[in-house]
Amino acid sequence: MPETHDVVIIGSGPAGLTAAIYTARAALSPLVLEGEPSSTSDQPGGQLMLTTEVENFPGFPEGVMGPALMSDFRTQAVRFGARLETVKASRVDLSERPFRVWVGDPEAAEPTYLAQSLIVATGAKALMLDLPNEQRLIGHGVSTCATCDGFFFREQDIAVVGGGDSALEEANFLTRFARSVTIIHRRDELRASKIMQDRAFANPKINFLWNSQVLDIVGDEKVEKVVVLNTKTDEKSEIALSGVFVAIGHRPNTDLFEGQLDMKDNGYLVTQAPSSRTSVEGVFACGDVQDDVYRQAITSAGSGCTAALDAERWLEAQGGH
Amino acid sequence: MSEKITNLTEATFDEVVNSSAEPVIVDFWAEWCGPCKMVAPILNEIAEEQEGKIKVTKLNVDESPAVAQRFGVMSIPTMIVFRDGEIDRRIVGAKGKAQLMAELGL
Repeated sequence: MPETHDVVIIGSGPAGLTAAIYTARAALSPLVLEGEPSSTSDQPGGQLMLTTEVENFPGFPEGVMGPALMSDFRTQAVRFGARLETVKASRVDLSERPFRVWVGDPEAAEPTYLAQSLIVATGAKALMLDLPNEQRLIGHGVSTCATCDGFFFREQDIAVVGGGDSALEEANFLTRFARSVTIIHRRDELRASKIMQDRAFANPKINFLWNSQVLDIVGDEKVEKVVVLNTKTDEKSEIALSGVFVAIGHRPNTDLFEGQLDMKDNGYLVTQAPSSRTSVEGVFACGDVQDDVYRQAITSAGSGCTAALDAERWLEAQGGH
Repeated sequence: MSEKITNLTEATFDEVVNSSAEPVIVDFWAEWCGPCKMVAPILNEIAEEQEGKIKVTKLNVDESPAVAQRFGVMSIPTMIVFRDGEIDRRIVGAKGKAQLMAELGL
């Protein structure tokens, strides 16, 4: 028989773990399906697990390391009685209550867990370029994790693709190791925040390739060069380099909820602001999975709190709690 | 770390990998690599559960960069399986236990 829980939380970034802390303190014994290890941004602890110093999370005047911060979130949730399982939800059925959640084989007749209420905090996953050689060259010069792999590019020429905060943060970080970092960006201006832009422009190891789209990553055993198209002049050029770090944005992890929860055209879950209610009663969403605007650790944590309070009040209104 | 896991260094790498009767997994890792830390408990479990079938070892790339370079490791975690001293398979990136077991052929 599947176990029944008052609250099941899917995801363990700032949103999921804040929801866990609040629901645990409300004596709802939340079960958190924290996800499985991965080297992309889709893993226990969420996107901060692949960052270094977080400078804008309030309460840490000297900054804090992303993985250390998430480890503390987790410890705090466990302290109040949240149960965390290092597994990934493979299927959910929200058509009736209690909701049904599968782990492992999604075709199994019996779900793994039953949930009176569900908090969705599955976050967003880093996008890849989707080029033919990209997957083959992961681990051979193409990287999804600058903090893991920067070390291997000492005194080498490398590129970061993208123009947002994460691209600039990676580029700045990578200059600790690399001889040069070229930021390849589709447009002629950056989306990144002013402080990150100022830092990148002031860094002598960083240079910019504007209006440029990567057409191909070339190399047999390892990355040797990229082919770039200048979108203004339509000219193609080749750049010799040994590493490519991709930071072109994110897409929400909402595949599980396709056809069950209302989504925007871009796949982000729709919530009934200012609440965290989704289109299914008893299902709440928080963090990046429902936020295509702010996407900060602190806004995620805040919305995790909202979802926890919404779930708690909703369970109370159902009676029996 | 499980007692059944051997820490390799540049000095011990060849001897351990070449003399092992069973296949050897070498987990290339470093302290500053978040995904490496996530894989560590899974490798502990595999070392305990698959004892006698596969030998689990770790190599710190900070301490033994030459070995990482020799095998062209450019991303961690990378897990290389050696069979009779030869590379049998190579797994790049952190994975969940079920997927890792499948990719290791266990």
